[in-house]
Amino acid sequence: MSNSSTSRGRFGIHGGQYIPETLMNAVLELEKAYDRYKADPSFNAELTELFNNYAGRPSLLYFAANMTADLGGARVYLKREDLNHTGAHKINNVLGQALLAKRMGKTRLIAETGAGQHGVATATAAALMGMECVVYMGREDMERQALNVYRMRLLGTEVRGVDAGTATLKDAVSETFREWTSRIDDTHYCLGSVMGPHPFPTIVRDFQAIISRESRRQILELEGRLPDAVLACVGGGSNAIGSFYHYLGDKDVRLIGCEAAGRGIHTKETAATISCGRLGIFHGMKSYFCQDEYGQIAPVYSISAGLDYPGVGPEHAALFDAGRAEYVAITDDAAVDAFEYLSRIEGVIPAIESAHAVAHAMKIVPRMEKDQVVIVTLSGRGDKDVAAIARYRGEDLHE
Amino acid sequence: MSRIGTAFAAAPGGKAFIPFITAGDPTLDVTEELVVAMADAGADLIELGIPFSDPTAEGPVIQAANLRALRNKVTTDDVFGMVERLRTRCDAPLVIMTYANVVYSYGIERFAARQAELGMGGVILPDVPHEEKEEFDKPFGAAGLDVVSLIAPTSHERIRAIARDAKGFVYCVSSLGVTGVRSKITTDIGAMVDLVKNERPDLPCAVGFGISTPEQAANMAAVSDGAIVGSAIVRMIGELGEACVGPVYDYVREMADAVHNVR
Repeated sequence: MSNSSTSRGRFGIHGGQYIPETLMNAVLELEKAYDRYKADPSFNAELTELFNNYAGRPSLLYFAANMTADLGGARVYLKREDLNHTGAHKINNVLGQALLAKRMGKTRLIAETGAGQHGVATATAAALMGMECVVYMGREDMERQALNVYRMRLLGTEVRGVDAGTATLKDAVSETFREWTSRIDDTHYCLGSVMGPHPFPTIVRDFQAIISRESRRQILELEGRLPDAVLACVGGGSNAIGSFYHYLGDKDVRLIGCEAAGRGIHTKETAATISCGRLGIFHGMKSYFCQDEYGQIAPVYSISAGLDYPGVGPEHAALFDAGRAEYVAITDDAAVDAFEYLSRIEGVIPAIESAHAVAHAMKIVPRMEKDQVVIVTLSGRGDKDVAAIARYRGEDLHE
Repeated sequence: MSRIGTAFAAAPGGKAFIPFITAGDPTLDVTEELVVAMADAGADLIELGIPFSDPTAEGPVIQAANLRALRNKVTTDDVFGMVERLRTRCDAPLVIMTYANVVYSYGIERFAARQAELGMGGVILPDVPHEEKEEFDKPFGAAGLDVVSLIAPTSHERIRAIARDAKGFVYCVSSLGVTGVRSKITTDIGAMVDLVKNERPDLPCAVGFGISTPEQAANMAAVSDGAIVGSAIVRMIGELGEACVGPVYDYVREMADAVHNVR
């Protein structure tokens, strides 16, 4: 497969910049600005200050003693991104991008959101930095996540409902790209995951890599050795890439991404892109996508709105191709079981997204040796999911 | 000269009128009738859209047409089948407008071969910019077809390099944003076209996005080699359904006349 010699931002055959010409100068300008500021000491000092004194970093690497004893295998550590300000890893990326946008002279942020976590994080950064903010959200998701919609409005952000297509996350992404083509000069698209056209997959990965930069140092302090496996959930894949990045060169560390199987990978109600998808081109990138035989993007399903996306970031696609990372599919049922399990055994209510990684840990940890070590990234807290899980269990609970 | 080049050369007064419709909206049978009617009404080149589930460069009107066609379960093979039937009675120059994944999923070479077999001119892919074009250009070029390049009001210094590698014609996007009718076009189109012509005097430039009136079409054609109209026609089709063929003929006739009479 040949790619143009001018094509940028490739991970193996994946990635690239498949976007309308109208946006090309905007992404080129973004790349130039990022290349300049990522090496700029004052930019990095300001970002570190925000990470430490606003977002609450470094996040804890917590030894889950009860879970370890109960599963009877490897020692389990939880990387607690759920303890960050706004309750998820999303803030890492958003603070970085908002700061970058400000340095570029942009005064307005736009963003897509599915469950609302990235929207809330973007609205938060915009409030902090005095920027205007508009978040696009599928009409369907607005109804499912009414509390997050109000939260964003409280933070001074305008939330615009998207009725196009399936009225969910992929349509919110499409609509945000459309908005960006109509207003570029003062506006930065604060993309929420390691997806889209170059340079987004690289920028978002670099800002999320703080997760593994910390966890690597922390586990060496606590255990005096590297982990045997690192687990994280994968939608677009930003918390997973962040969790994996500083272990990529450590060949003995297994990297395991947990996709959302929904009702099962042999049903149509799934969002497990690597298990069920095919190579394609969409939303600015070449990668794997859930699609039909003619390349129409499939409507996907997962109990987790944050994993409910038909594609996966290009770097994950390349890590899969290279065999460096493994990807497994976790059903709604297994994720809900893990959600309840972690709540009871450790007193930690995980986001339903993160519960997909916990579920896989429950599967593999008992089969591992007692002197082995596993890190599970808890990408977010589960407060937002309580009503949905209650309904899943047949209780009529509404926010 | 490629089929697209020939179509521009044959346009009355050297100015081409290029209508766009989404195949399968309201039905493929009506699409076939529309192509014949638009060719009879003076269209010099016809853009046929293969519907895509997530048309990110389109405004609400063409998005809705894509979804209507997909609800009719129209596939890429169905569209080619319709063109095959059409070719028994109409040899109008046709170009496909769709999204990268539709072509990529079908197989780029297979897609190009099928288009060549049907005497079509090539493709317009709004999500394939200059940097990513080569992967498509090579197989289409080998089949004697063109992958059309687009330039936008934000392209500036990129225009020279885009023009240098362009095939068929250059699609000048008149305005920021997505497709859709606009009351006013404020971009200096003449300056964009001049940048293309400085690099490639031979290469036709046609202007699209936002054009709906004969006056707008004539103004755009006056500073370029043609005008492209999509949303205004697709809106008529959406409103009139199967009864759209007559009114679309009348509209295309009026628009084509306006473009052809530009001096």
